Amino acid sequence: MSTEAQKEKSMILQKEMISGLFNDLSKAKETGKKVCYTFIPGNLSELIRTFDMLPVYPEINALQSAMRKKSAGYIKEAEKHAHSEDVCTYVKCDVGMMMKGNIGPTGEKIPEPDILLLSYTGCFTFLKWFETLKREYPNAVVIMVHTPYQENAKMTPEMTQYMVKQFYEEVIPKMEKVTGIKYDEAKLKRHLELSKEAEDWITKIFDTTKHRPSPIDAYFAGVYYIGPINIGFRGTQEAVDYYKELYSEIMERVRLGLGPITPEGEMKEEKYRLVVEGPPNWTSFREFWKIFYDMGAVIVASSYTKVGGVYDMGWRHDANRPLESLAEYCMNCYTNLNIPQRIDLLSKCIVDYQADGYVTNSIKSCNSFSAGQLGMMREIEDRLEVPVGFIESDLVDPRYFSYSNIKNRLESYFQMLEQRKIIKESTTV
Amino acid sequence: MLDCRGYFFESCVKLRSQNQGVEFDTKKDTMKTIQQILEECKMLAFDLNFTHSKNWLEKNKNGVVVGYMPIYFPREIIHAAGGLPVGVFGGGDRKQIIKGDAYYQSYICHIPRSIMELALDKHMAHFSGFIFPSICDVIRNLSGIFKQQKIGTFVKYMDFPQNFLPEIGGVFYQQEMQHVLAYIKEINGIEVTTEGLNHSIDLYNKNRRMIDFIYKIRQEYPWRLSIVDVYHIVRAGTVIPVEEHNVILEQVCEYIKGDVGTPQDKIKVVVSGAFCEQPAIGLIRAIEEAGCYIVDDDFMLGSRMIIGDIDATTKNPLESIALSYIKQSQYSSSIYDVHDPKEYRLAKIVKDRKADGVIFASASFCDPSLLDAPIFQNAFNKMGIRYISFQYSENINQFKVIKEQVGAFSDSIKLWEDEPTVA
Repeated sequence: MSTEAQKEKSMILQKEMISGLFNDLSKAKETGKKVCYTFIPGNLSELIRTFDMLPVYPEINALQSAMRKKSAGYIKEAEKHAHSEDVCTYVKCDVGMMMKGNIGPTGEKIPEPDILLLSYTGCFTFLKWFETLKREYPNAVVIMVHTPYQENAKMTPEMTQYMVKQFYEEVIPKMEKVTGIKYDEAKLKRHLELSKEAEDWITKIFDTTKHRPSPIDAYFAGVYYIGPINIGFRGTQEAVDYYKELYSEIMERVRLGLGPITPEGEMKEEKYRLVVEGPPNWTSFREFWKIFYDMGAVIVASSYTKVGGVYDMGWRHDANRPLESLAEYCMNCYTNLNIPQRIDLLSKCIVDYQADGYVTNSIKSCNSFSAGQLGMMREIEDRLEVPVGFIESDLVDPRYFSYSNIKNRLESYFQMLEQRKIIKESTTV
Repeated sequence: MLDCRGYFFESCVKLRSQNQGVEFDTKKDTMKTIQQILEECKMLAFDLNFTHSKNWLEKNKNGVVVGYMPIYFPREIIHAAGGLPVGVFGGGDRKQIIKGDAYYQSYICHIPRSIMELALDKHMAHFSGFIFPSICDVIRNLSGIFKQQKIGTFVKYMDFPQNFLPEIGGVFYQQEMQHVLAYIKEINGIEVTTEGLNHSIDLYNKNRRMIDFIYKIRQEYPWRLSIVDVYHIVRAGTVIPVEEHNVILEQVCEYIKGDVGTPQDKIKVVVSGAFCEQPAIGLIRAIEEAGCYIVDDDFMLGSRMIIGDIDATTKNPLESIALSYIKQSQYSSSIYDVHDPKEYRLAKIVKDRKADGVIFASASFCDPSLLDAPIFQNAFNKMGIRYISFQYSENINQFKVIKEQVGAFSDSIKLWEDEPTVA
């Protein structure tokens, strides 16, 4: 890419927040702050903050490594040590990074964990990932939180109670022991109130894609927007301020009738509105995005922006039911929804945001997302008669991003959308 | 249509041409020779029409057939509710996949597509319910596809607890079992009783004890019964009532008490990692033919998941079953293990079985098995336990490369036989 990426103000704000977090992490041993490794889906940010800990998200490290073109080397390193070619590349990238000194995106070493907090929501690989990490960090205290799957498309009181009991009996006592800080429910409630506020804002932000043109891209830019709420800032005033600012920027774009900002500037013409299922490819993120915006395609909703929490349907953290609320949050993340729920949610997005098409980016090494995607696609096509597209790539392994294959497939898909538009228009005339 | 091979193929063609199913009358089993029993088990194990359960259903008008996927499910509760639990382990190399491939990308393991194929081709049309134990994301999402396709009267994703405190995870597990019972009750109206559950637990205890006995005998005298025969016997038990399987096991146990077979110059190995998608029987045979006696394995792990008896004398049998899972489970790639690391548990099996090494056999793209590989291999490098690893798919039936690999492994161990096995 020859063009320097244009950044929205909110992106800069976010960068500062993340840099601050990594800076704090680099000084954790000096400041005495305890470090908690955990995952994005089902992350217990408010509880981590209640105990003044600093979070580390291995999958964020992995995707940042990919964007900095370092993941290939890390993956190779892990594969040298018996990690299979066919498993989650986030895991291998993280393990490889650890083997190479655990240097984070800011160039500073990420501290070792005091706690490995596994609230494995909707992904079995998380479980295996932490089994691996535990062997690398034998001194870390492991906290396992089993999040029941929404197998019957609902969160039952017994599922919630199961989780709450785990919080009371296992999670909180262990956090108290490691940090030496007593559990303060009032403090947790304050964080939860701020979480709710941030969740209200982010819902409004993603809802702006109802406008034509859509002022944002809810997938490629969306992954930046979900950053603060997912990586440890949910439950803080900083996150609320960030989302307020972002919303105001976006509403200004709506007022001016502007489309989304891409790395090469503002998108001039919105030709196709799409809903995308599946995570993006991180190793060639900009090239991947470019294929879409060059064709005038804007993503009006995506499932990936819901991995750290589904707020569209009205669910919010509730300070009046602090631990129950945390339990429900974990159970309500996208990959913890069953397949019919996912289909319903994506169908709602297609209808609500008036999408012209539905595209699946199937990730080779992510079964949590990928297994079942073809069935989902077929059902959505039948239900809504919307044109569906299918491409394949990977999270952070550059070997599985084939630019020409993806471009060819998408070009054919866009041709089909174009043809459909022409037919529709001629029928209307 | 079945795509069978060898004896099974011929038998099926014959049976189909006569419009018959595969059925065995256990009342006559006492009259059967061991060879007849082994042949019957072989046919039962791979009857992808699940004919035995179909016939059972015809005779049991209030019966409910419930399919369960790997790895483990407490079959006792279905039995106590007047049902027949039937293991669904995929189509193996005997079912051509056409429709199933439309549901799964090439980089997803093979078993979900063959299970879909079986379902869409109505092989399991007489099943009322399907249970998907929580073992991985693929099987979990397959439960959703079954729901979406409205296959069966009920579809239950069985969320096994990852919390191992009886008052937390144990209670949750009991609730999960109660959901299954509620589904069955809706169909047949049967309310399970304490006595009924304890009776079912007793039957399955007996079943597990006899399977364990077979493995114990084979540990010392693996030539008495080939691993292929053991596989057929254990797998047959997943598709017939436990009472019938116990009759079979009794005769097999009696048989292998005798000094039968001829020892061969083979090393002893444990096979690990093949707990869900099953290797083709030809692959299992190839391992033995290449110079290895398989003295332990996790092929049909669910039938051996609980180590020892489940208490069949309590007033709360569901609690007993839950406690057995929490306290007496075999190690598994689907159980979070940091409090009881799996590498030491497998090492203990190797030691107890006096095995010379381990064969890590993982289904291609099997996350749980493949993600465990570095944990096992790093540990075994330190412990001095010899191993090899390979991947397979249920539908491959060319084993030349694997056979050579296993043969080389066997030869190398024979050459190093003076070296200690476990440090």
